[in-house]
Amino acid sequence: MMETVLIYAVIPFIKIAVVVLVVLLSVAYATWLERKLLGHIQVRLGPMRVGWHGLLQPIADGIKLVIKEDIIPVKADRLIFILAPFASMVPALVVFSVIPFGPPMMFEGLLRRVLPWFLDAPAVDRVVQSGIASGGFITNVNIAVLVVLSISSVGILGIILGGWASNSKYPLLGALRSAAQMVSYEVGLGFAILSVVLIPQTLSLVDIVQKQQEWGVWFVFLQPVAFMLFFICGIAETNRLPFDLPEAESELVAGYHTEYSGFRFAIYYLAEYTGMITISSMAVTLFWGGWLRPFPSVAWLGFLDFVPPFIWFMGKVFVFMYIYVWIRGTLPRFRFDQLMKYGWKVFLPIAIANLIVTAGVMLKFS
Amino acid sequence: MDEPTILDAQELEINMGPQHPATHGVLRIKLKLDGERVLDADCVIGYLHRGVEKISENRTYTKCLPYYDRTDYIAAVSNALGYVLGVEKMMEIEVPERAVYIRVMMTEFNRIASHLVWLGTHAMDIGALTVFLYCFREREEILKLFEDLFGARLTTHAFRIGGLWMDLPPGFEEAARRFIDDFPTKVDEYEQLLTNNRIWLDRTKGVGVISGEEAIDFGLSGPPLRGSGVPYDVRRARPYGGYDQFEFDVPVGEHGDTYDRYLIRMEEMRQSRRIIQQTLDRLPGGPIRGKVPRIIKPSVGEYYSAIEGPRGELGYYIVSDGSAVPFRVRIRPPTFINLQALKRMVKGALVADVIAIIGTLDVVLGEIDR
Repeated sequence: MMETVLIYAVIPFIKIAVVVLVVLLSVAYATWLERKLLGHIQVRLGPMRVGWHGLLQPIADGIKLVIKEDIIPVKADRLIFILAPFASMVPALVVFSVIPFGPPMMFEGLLRRVLPWFLDAPAVDRVVQSGIASGGFITNVNIAVLVVLSISSVGILGIILGGWASNSKYPLLGALRSAAQMVSYEVGLGFAILSVVLIPQTLSLVDIVQKQQEWGVWFVFLQPVAFMLFFICGIAETNRLPFDLPEAESELVAGYHTEYSGFRFAIYYLAEYTGMITISSMAVTLFWGGWLRPFPSVAWLGFLDFVPPFIWFMGKVFVFMYIYVWIRGTLPRFRFDQLMKYGWKVFLPIAIANLIVTAGVMLKFS
Repeated sequence: MDEPTILDAQELEINMGPQHPATHGVLRIKLKLDGERVLDADCVIGYLHRGVEKISENRTYTKCLPYYDRTDYIAAVSNALGYVLGVEKMMEIEVPERAVYIRVMMTEFNRIASHLVWLGTHAMDIGALTVFLYCFREREEILKLFEDLFGARLTTHAFRIGGLWMDLPPGFEEAARRFIDDFPTKVDEYEQLLTNNRIWLDRTKGVGVISGEEAIDFGLSGPPLRGSGVPYDVRRARPYGGYDQFEFDVPVGEHGDTYDRYLIRMEEMRQSRRIIQQTLDRLPGGPIRGKVPRIIKPSVGEYYSAIEGPRGELGYYIVSDGSAVPFRVRIRPPTFINLQALKRMVKGALVADVIAIIGTLDVVLGEIDR
């Protein structure tokens, strides 16, 4: 009884708490990183006042946003207006339940040291062997890829609802664009992921990473086209430049969140950055070897293992966050019809061709 | 006007401005939209009206000048030049050579500064954030030069009737030279970010097209006219203020779209630099101010003085009744007339194009509303 509670309730809860905390902290510092990097790209300093080199800036911003007046427009659809930001935020966080940030037996040592205080030896063994408790992930489901795809596309609903419920013209246009964008890019994204999933023939993210370890090659080297498609569609999915049409500042004022202020605006903001981290994590997991060190099969590079797998994972994720900011600092914005054109006429055919070729090759060699 | 829309949907009427991040001040455009497509657009102006022309009727010819700095506040130096030349023509005042050269130099510096503001904001409207800050970095250098010579950065009150207020301060020529030596690489830097950028090309090519004939019919001037292939530049067509002594090219586009206008302005910055180079190389010595009567009382008559401002033909039509104050001053503001073309250009375009077109017309509301 005790061990069941431990395996399925206590330990997952602790993990969830830690993951949510780490993700939110990463989000906060992703905003700092973005402002800082963008600053340096644009020959200025970025935040410098709050804390050393502006390190406390995200916290100051958070406090500012929370204590601001929460304005709900009179003509807004009150209930939906209030709920919409959360419809955007919650799915963005839920996705992390299946993303592995460490190998399956990551916490074995820790559990073996702590659990004997509560349980006898065989029970400890059972807990450790259960797979869920000791793994470097919250849960390992065999359809993780589908979970990520389906839940992350729910997030866009928050944007559409928010834009609609504001009962205002600019947010409505933003929401419209968002709906169109989601339809065009979700498909490409799905096909890109399908092609990479074909290689290890599993939908579990943990297994995908382990396959990369087993074969000693990151899948990006087998599926470079799929990776490019995935990342481009991912940027579109997270509404970032050059695809930030739903909130195109110079055109739609602030797009779907024009009418939002204070805390609710902060939630949208968090959701956007969490989305960026999600896409980066997925890119790392599917293509760049997840928690693995570089060259996982080269034995003499074993000394790299002294860096814990979790750090490798975070490091890779932040490389992608950097690329996000870099792109933002460099490129102009697409126009609405061009975005659709690229989605349907360029990315989708390439993704399908890539999928067919991959399937053919796999059929030949299996 | 009532074109049927798909699914019998309602048209969306939307107010772009006067408080909008991309309408460059207080321009208000009433857009009629079908989805994202623009069916109709109406410009509403006047939010920044200060009655500059009326005020001029109660000020002496000298005292008018600071008001004109504040019409097109991004090109204050050019504004001053146009008016000062007009009054000098009325009074038949001889301006010393040195002052003429310095005026040309500063006006061209101003053209570069103005084009930098245009490029920065235009690029930012289209989404390229970084160009904006690069442009303002260089503009800052020019503003420092302005501050050295005129004592102000934006509303400069640059020139005086008959010449200049004071001679170049020590170190000015070196600073100016340093700037123009560096500048070509800086322009290359902007071009590297934009000129061959796939997205930039997509966003600007074929957007806001206007043919040469139409442009003439609308009375456009400056880059919007030259972008449509009409090689009209007041500096060339009716040389004024010593411009006939300098070599420079007048870039002309062919398609009349936003991209051509972009290329023209980029080239104009290079040409302005060339002119500044020549003024610095050949800068004569001597006095900086001609003989000017204490009270300026032009004889009765009507005078027109036009210059090529950064945005197009900037004219001052001055009517004198023989007294010390002008009877009437009518400013021909280039962007007020260029803005007319907006309605024609945006029809059938998308919302995002409206932003690009406002940017490419390079409107300054201070000048439009006066």
